[in-house]
Amino acid sequence: MALLQINQLTKAFGGVQALGGVDFHIDEGTIVSVIGPNGAGKTSFFNVISGLFPPDSGEILFDGDNLAHHQPNEITRRGIARTFQNVRLFPNLTVLENVMVGQHCRTKEGMWGTILQTKAQREEEKRIEENAKEVLSFFGSRLAGYRYDQPAFVLSYANRRRLEIARAMATEPRLLLLDEPTAGMNPRETVELTELIGELRDERGLTVVVIEHDMKVVEHVSDRVVVLDHGVKIAEGDYESVSTNDDVIEAYLGRPAEAG
Amino acid sequence: MIDLKRVRTFGLIAGGTLSFVAAIGMVESFNERTLINPGITMGLLLILGIAAVFGYIVAAGKPNPLVETARDSRSGGIAGGLTGAIAGVVTSLFVLFVDTFDVSEFFPNMREPLVEAMTFELGVPVGLLVLTAVVTATAAAGGAFHGMSDSFRAGMSRALGWVVAFALFELVVSEILDFADPLVDLIYAPRGGLQPWAAVIIGALAWWLSTRYKGRGEAFTERVKDSEAGSRLRRSVILFGVAAVIILPMIVGGVVNELLITSGLFILMGLGLNIVVGLAGLLDLGYVAFFAVGAYGTAILTSPSSPAFAPGLSWWIALPIVMVLAAIAGLFVGTPVIRMRGDYLAIVTLGFGEIVRILLLSDWLTPIFGGAQGITRIPGIPVPGAGTISGTDPQLFIYFTFMFVLLAAYISYRAQNSRIGRSWAAMREDEDVAEAIGISTVQAKLLAFVTGAVIASFAGALFSAKVGTVFTNSFDVLVSIIILVVVIVGGMGSIRGVVVGALVLIGILGGPKSPGLLAEFSEFKLLIYGALLVYMMLKRPEGLLPSVRRSRELHGEDLTQDAWLDKGGDFTGDSAEEEATT
Ligand SMILES: Nc1ncnc2c1ncn2[C@@H]1O[C@H](COP(=O)(O)OP(=O)(O)OP(=O)(O)O)[C@@H](O)[C@H]1O
Ligand SMILES: [Mg+2]
Repeated sequence: MALLQINQLTKAFGGVQALGGVDFHIDEGTIVSVIGPNGAGKTSFFNVISGLFPPDSGEILFDGDNLAHHQPNEITRRGIARTFQNVRLFPNLTVLENVMVGQHCRTKEGMWGTILQTKAQREEEKRIEENAKEVLSFFGSRLAGYRYDQPAFVLSYANRRRLEIARAMATEPRLLLLDEPTAGMNPRETVELTELIGELRDERGLTVVVIEHDMKVVEHVSDRVVVLDHGVKIAEGDYESVSTNDDVIEAYLGRPAEAG
Repeated sequence: MIDLKRVRTFGLIAGGTLSFVAAIGMVESFNERTLINPGITMGLLLILGIAAVFGYIVAAGKPNPLVETARDSRSGGIAGGLTGAIAGVVTSLFVLFVDTFDVSEFFPNMREPLVEAMTFELGVPVGLLVLTAVVTATAAAGGAFHGMSDSFRAGMSRALGWVVAFALFELVVSEILDFADPLVDLIYAPRGGLQPWAAVIIGALAWWLSTRYKGRGEAFTERVKDSEAGSRLRRSVILFGVAAVIILPMIVGGVVNELLITSGLFILMGLGLNIVVGLAGLLDLGYVAFFAVGAYGTAILTSPSSPAFAPGLSWWIALPIVMVLAAIAGLFVGTPVIRMRGDYLAIVTLGFGEIVRILLLSDWLTPIFGGAQGITRIPGIPVPGAGTISGTDPQLFIYFTFMFVLLAAYISYRAQNSRIGRSWAAMREDEDVAEAIGISTVQAKLLAFVTGAVIASFAGALFSAKVGTVFTNSFDVLVSIIILVVVIVGGMGSIRGVVVGALVLIGILGGPKSPGLLAEFSEFKLLIYGALLVYMMLKRPEGLLPSVRRSRELHGEDLTQDAWLDKGGDFTGDSAEEEATT
């Protein structure tokens, strides 16, 4: 059974039908790319899955449970984490704190433990820090060492993207939603991150949905590709079949017949 | 180079400021306090201070972070002097106006006493010349000061600071030096004010100390802050602080203790509000409601004359009940406003605060809360072997205040550096994202409200036991506002900031109902609070003693990579090359 199974998902913003009945599924341990022209509804798709906006209709079955209309924090707790197209870190928290915050939903010590400094609380704090460092080590030395204590806003653009992925990983998800993770990166960084996305699946056993504009990245990482346009799925399959699909080429090049 | 335009602008502003403080009667009432005997009063200090500050500002020029401003005491002095001359003339014209026309019907302070105060009782033509000369000279000195060498500036400011402090805090100093009575009589004049020679000696001593121990203070703070080497040192500093706190109330007298208690209650409330506003970022303008819950809860539970229900419990048994009540109140206020943000939250909580006060006054609840009569005969805090301790023994009561302040500071400190504190910080930075990475913002907000409410209830419980009576007018909006001012001025999110903010604002200037150490200020305290708030918002939004996170937030650009590297961060791997590529 698919880890995430989405049936007939719709979402409209005023007159704009951002999602017009999307069916989607992803199997555990695979990477699916979602592509489509600007305004196709890709980010809206993530926003609805992660609970930022409730869907108008449709089902979001994650591991068999319908998550539609759940609070975002609940959805994250169930195991879906995401990054944002326009990187949204906590700019004044340090690099390490940004990741430690990600552990919030996997830890539980409350006010009493904190005030009384119980053994359990101290151990949990230590564990949070260790886990955060472990997650950051995924990016080699890029976010390690002296960077731990830097506020997030001093980071370079590429590092912000990495840190956001690290924060999502710290929530210990089963499914990771990455919204244009390589946007704004230079070719070398893009290659490096592409490798890492593959490692997320191969070494960490994560299931990943990635929205991506860079076709080289899509080709390299995807087990399957889904194409959205005007809020509907117009094609899916492996990279080969999708990239030669006439509807897809038309969607990207424009549709003179419908333009009027 | 003298920037004449700047001289003109600031000269006019300085003149306006001087005329303003005269017009509101500040100079007159500050003249009541002699600082250095004879003649140098706080009113004169106010005039001189304004002149010197404006002289300095003009000499300093427009701050430009890219260019090191040239410092030259001669042109600084000329610029300051010109500024002072303009200010003096403007002020003189104002005094002349007051002397000639009678507007006291509209401006009650603009009468003869004002003219006398501003002309040093020398009468109109002569006095005005003296005023102008004095203002000019002081502003020139202020301007020249800017151009002096660093060591001169350090020595001079220490010397002036110490003399002014000794003069202003005569009460505290003479109480601390009570055991050396003859010394006190020697340095202070019988009718108040430092003796001139004592001022000179104190100034000289401060100057000498500042050159002798130059830089040692900073070096020491650095060492204390250093995480490894400083840990033992830090412990001794804390121990020393605790010892001072234990001994101080025994040395100082009732008045100072009284002030310390009032400040302590505001520190408590400030710490509580700091959790809600500073850490969790929820602007609560009705915070006084929780103080009221604590105070009225204690009053009802302990007072034998509580109108409806008088169980007459001991304060110690009432306290936990009151805490639970406050927690419930926190949930009660928190729940409906959970989905509101920013301004909306502020307005609604403002309303809640007023609702509580009006309900307490209402006919409907008068049978329970005593309405305008309040609740009286609240006993103090029973202590085995020492009877009950209330506000009549400030020297003992203060220890309870200390105890709870310590507790609240400890709670804030622990919470701040924990999973909970991080979730608050995340929520303050970006509520949607906090929610999206798995933080239940509903829970985090309620927890902040409840923690803040419980801390305020400590203050309420202490207040009841101290004063012995509670009336609704102790709980009006002004209290909420003043607590917020304390938090903002001290530094949002900063425990030290709240403590210092409360000591300065409440202890020295005066609280909402009671005067502070310098009683002359109490008439003007709202004005001063307002001016301070505006100044802080413009120049130092992170507060006097900011928290690290806040100052990052507000002066982000200052903290560059280089600063971090200077601190000796180990530069690992390929990050250097990455900086080059991005
Ligand atoms: N919060 C919102 N309010 C109103 N309209 C929205 C909102 N979010 C998205 N839309 C609209 O929904 C449509 C789909 O937007 P979406 O951001 O999902 O596209 P996208 O595929 O992510 O595009 P891009 O490649 O540019 O990121 C657009 O027309 C957009 O204007
Ligand atoms: Mg998008």
